[in-house]
Amino acid sequence: MSSLIRTLRHPSLKRHLFLKRHSGERHLSISSLLNGKHMNIDYQDDVAVVRLDKANAKMNTLSTEVMTEFQDIFNEIQRNKSVKAAVLISAKPGNFVAGADIDMLKNAGSAEETTALAKNGQRLFHELENSKKPFVAAINGVALGGGLELTLACQYRIATTDKSTNLGVPEVMLGLLPGAGGTQRLPQLVGVASALDMALTGKNIKAKKAKRMGLVHQLVEPLGPGLVDAQTGTMQYLEKIAVDTARGLANGSVKIPPIKHSQQDRMIAYLLKFGFFENYFFNKMIKGKVMQQTKGLFPAPLLIADVIREGVMNGHDKGYEAEAAGFGKLSQTNESKALIGLYDGQTHCKKNRFGKPAKPAQNIAVLGAGLMGAGIAQVSLDKGYNVTLKDSFSSGLAKGQEQIYKGYNLSAKKKKITTFERDQIVAKLDATLSYDSLKTSDMVIEAVFEDINIKHKVIKETEAVIPEHCIFASNTSALPISDIAKASKRPEKVIGMHYFSPVDKMQLLEIITTDTTSKDTVASAVQVGLKQGKLVIVVKDGPGFYTTRLLAPTLSEVIRMLQEGVGPQKIDKLATSFGFPVGIATLLDEVGIDVAVHVSEYLGGVFGDRFAGGNVQVLKNLVDSGCAGRKTGKGVYVYSDAKAKTRPVNDTATKILKEFAMEPVDAVSSDSDIQLRLISRFVNEAVMCLQEGILDNPLEGDIGAVFGLGFPPHLGGPFRYVDLHGAAPLVEHMRRFEAAYGPAFTPCSLLLEHAKDSSKKFHSS
Amino acid sequence: IASMMASLGKAVSKFTPTSAHVSASLRSLSCSTNKHATKKSKATLGKSGVRNVVLVEGVRTPFLMSGTQYKELMPHDLQREAIKGLLKRTGLPKDSIEYVVIGTVIQESKTANIAREAALGAGISNKTPAHTVTQACISSNQAMTTGLNMIASGQLDCVVAGGVDFMSDVPIRFNRKMRSLMLQMNKTKSTMGMLGHAAKVIGSPVRYFSPELPAIAEFSTDEVMGHSADRLAAAFGITRQAQDEFALRSHSLAKKATEDGNLSDVLEYKVPGVAETVTSDNGIRITPMEKMAKMRPAFIKPHGTITAANSSFLSDGASAVLLMEENKAKAMGFKPKAYLRSYTYMSQDPKDQLLLGPAYTTPTVLEKGGLTLNDIDVFEYHEAFAGQILANLAAMESDYFAQKHMNRQGKVGAPPMDKFNLWGGSLSIGHPFGATGSRLVTTCANRLKAEDGKYALLAACAAGGIGHAMIVERHPDY
Repeated sequence: MSSLIRTLRHPSLKRHLFLKRHSGERHLSISSLLNGKHMNIDYQDDVAVVRLDKANAKMNTLSTEVMTEFQDIFNEIQRNKSVKAAVLISAKPGNFVAGADIDMLKNAGSAEETTALAKNGQRLFHELENSKKPFVAAINGVALGGGLELTLACQYRIATTDKSTNLGVPEVMLGLLPGAGGTQRLPQLVGVASALDMALTGKNIKAKKAKRMGLVHQLVEPLGPGLVDAQTGTMQYLEKIAVDTARGLANGSVKIPPIKHSQQDRMIAYLLKFGFFENYFFNKMIKGKVMQQTKGLFPAPLLIADVIREGVMNGHDKGYEAEAAGFGKLSQTNESKALIGLYDGQTHCKKNRFGKPAKPAQNIAVLGAGLMGAGIAQVSLDKGYNVTLKDSFSSGLAKGQEQIYKGYNLSAKKKKITTFERDQIVAKLDATLSYDSLKTSDMVIEAVFEDINIKHKVIKETEAVIPEHCIFASNTSALPISDIAKASKRPEKVIGMHYFSPVDKMQLLEIITTDTTSKDTVASAVQVGLKQGKLVIVVKDGPGFYTTRLLAPTLSEVIRMLQEGVGPQKIDKLATSFGFPVGIATLLDEVGIDVAVHVSEYLGGVFGDRFAGGNVQVLKNLVDSGCAGRKTGKGVYVYSDAKAKTRPVNDTATKILKEFAMEPVDAVSSDSDIQLRLISRFVNEAVMCLQEGILDNPLEGDIGAVFGLGFPPHLGGPFRYVDLHGAAPLVEHMRRFEAAYGPAFTPCSLLLEHAKDSSKKFHSS
Repeated sequence: IASMMASLGKAVSKFTPTSAHVSASLRSLSCSTNKHATKKSKATLGKSGVRNVVLVEGVRTPFLMSGTQYKELMPHDLQREAIKGLLKRTGLPKDSIEYVVIGTVIQESKTANIAREAALGAGISNKTPAHTVTQACISSNQAMTTGLNMIASGQLDCVVAGGVDFMSDVPIRFNRKMRSLMLQMNKTKSTMGMLGHAAKVIGSPVRYFSPELPAIAEFSTDEVMGHSADRLAAAFGITRQAQDEFALRSHSLAKKATEDGNLSDVLEYKVPGVAETVTSDNGIRITPMEKMAKMRPAFIKPHGTITAANSSFLSDGASAVLLMEENKAKAMGFKPKAYLRSYTYMSQDPKDQLLLGPAYTTPTVLEKGGLTLNDIDVFEYHEAFAGQILANLAAMESDYFAQKHMNRQGKVGAPPMDKFNLWGGSLSIGHPFGATGSRLVTTCANRLKAEDGKYALLAACAAGGIGHAMIVERHPDY
């Protein structure tokens, strides 16, 4: 028997007497509280309230230890005759249970071990589901993965409509499947189609939607401040309602409402009785769509569909069996390891490793109301900042204001905010043509035209107005920050903040520090970035920083391929089938061919042969003939019809490419070699950035590549890719390419070290 | 464990409740009236050099549940009757009224400036200007303080104020799509163009004909008031039983006040088309506790505590008061009832503290008047919901709330129940939004005389998270 049960019987049990208020009557009740390590149990008359509170953790997660303790408490509740019902609630605000403990999964070294973990969870939740004493899950905050599965095994679920309350099974995003009964209970509860939707996308479901779907039985609105603060009051209210409900379920005065699926789900359930539809539904509709979206690069969603199908068609016993086996299998895949690595990276990039700034920025000014500037203003406005958007021309300013309004209007249309909140947020913007508003700025982010002379002019004009402590951040994608800082009177306050377009959608922010940038300036910039909701990586100044530097050799290789006669559509297809979200030829158009020329010439000049590949003149000729990419309507492709599914290749581009045609080298021109040529230059340059100290650590390198440049997420980023798939084979391929094309493919020394010693890894876990 | 439970049980039996907010509701059924012999000893709040504004008289139509005897009327009809009644009762020459201010919430678009239409209808000179104000449930409070300011600042000497609301008919509009089409039609000249418009409507009749109702939800938060009140009651630990008890208290007191003839402000109204003259409020009813306990929650389901029985109901009615400068009133031979003294408007978070106005305004208005809670003989609070009133009382009794949210050292305390709403309140008498404020002022004056008090304090909450409170001082001549 565990230590908890010993505590239970210990005579020095804590006693609590208090006056409780029940609806309709007031009476005195008995309450006794006893504390375990990860949860405590509070007997309120005949209802046992189990409050989850994982030790030394911000969030509740399900580890082996937590599960064991819960099993003991569960057994005790079953044994205790005076307990008629139980409530499961979290003692941590804003968080019910965030899921399984990821470290527990990482430490399990084999499929057998993780299968056993899943089976253990399944067994416990099975007992919970079959408990004669009703369990009510009282959910405030996230109930994700194992956390949601825990509630699914309860007889009744109550959720608050607080903004923090989200329900979902996001295992698919970690390359896993819901392994504690989720794939079996969800279809039963919400229907096959809704269950598949949840499990395949891993999306968060808000409480109100969850109620409509039948995922929860009852909603509780959060309270405002009263006799205690709002959060405490809400938790007490939720608990009281849950206790009343649990008691009601036990004495029969509360009935569990019958399960009612959506019309669509009922229709599908009916049709699934016919074999031909079963095949069509699971193979064509579900897996077909998964294949279309993932190119088959992610094993988890396909297996999730199989496991759900197994349970729905062949019964729960087989379903649970398949779920546990599938969980074990997926846990050992490279894809899952890569995705968990990205999860770790995201966690890392949501923290400020530079500490708290001395004076956190309150007033932010953005210079330039173009696409980027307006985007930066937009992501700052609803985060509590006072935002000034300054432009030199009223037409440009109006365009920026319209972009911001549209962004928030879209959120309102999607019901993420109310129209009133939209208006309140937008009303906070100070749009101006004058520098006067910068007098009180704590941080100025310039997003003006990418020209060093203009940047110098702007920095001087700005510094004439801003207060002494104000930080000057430059949103540039390639100009070295130390060059920009040359015009500054206080270079320690100058920093680079490289946002990605569109700013409101792209999660990454690359912060660039020079040798003179002060630590407090970095801390402040990172804090602003994090508040804006960005994943922040901090890199050293250097030509192309990190992300742009990776992009340049890749684009250079694409030009070479185009010159060798590989069609842009084929390049795109090979890139997307490798896992890039956007084809690399399309990316060239999106970035802008003029920008590519600028970057290629500049970085080519700095880095020499390693950045060689195609002829930059191809791009120059394209720009000269008015084809500068998507923004001009023509680039490698023609963008006449915005809705067209396939875009025609631009004839002008084809003509120019013919002029610069090169003989392909057959030995390195197979489809897989084309993919490897793109990826190897990308990865080699990333490793070089770490080698040269541009990057601080490989985690940020992976996050930057995946979230800024669309590096295939199932590979986890360039560093995880090398760790999981080996440096030696990559180096081997690069040597072949080197033989054909020269130093562009010469592996850097750090990569060679990893190739030589396979025990060397970039990531420790 | 079982033996431990038993020993806990023994300890429990010795336990006595001390929590102040609970005891506040325990006292809620007591309604004995204290006779105060302190009237003469309390000083007047008048200040030298400041013109005294007096309440000469206040009246109201009977407040009826919507959809009953008033249902065929229009809102200005009710307001006109109230003003007519005021003029008749005071015998004030119609041409001596210098201004009319009326408060209203749900606006009938045909009578946008309802003050003017009602004044003209009541026979007040067409040379007397009038305007209409709106501030949710404290609209007539705003009308009165507007008049008070006009007089105190020396602009005028004699103002009629009041308020009206009429929920038997509300402006239900075509939706925006249809309205925009109708406005375009005005400009369309050709037959083909008209047919084009018609085709659109016929093409998707539901989209064009689904109407727009007057907003019942708070615009800024999209939350219905009852919903917010239910959350407020929960935040202050107000039980369903306490709310039902308070509702029963309100109805019992209103019934008694009606039977005792205390509600002398109520006018008789011969409504055209209704055979019997309407002489009293029709929403007062005694519902036994057991029956109230069975009612389902009206807003938050299934665990909410606010029901139709412990909320104020939709009502029709109007009220009016005659405000004058003291010397002018005396010169005209009136015996004023009361002085209108300090007042305050405050506002808070419209989401979580929507109806908490009285808790904020009560201590503030006391300070403005240089009084303490103990100085007040009569309390008249607007009862939107029983839960809302009890939540306000609990907030006033909470040191935590005073320190955290009201920026005070500690609690100021809640009004004692034996001075609180002794003639019923909005829960029982009814609550035509714009008319309630004037009813409160008149009731304060009438109760001060009946209970031989000196000072009264009225307070009310309103949508938008706004609160109002005012000190009323009994006039020595009354």
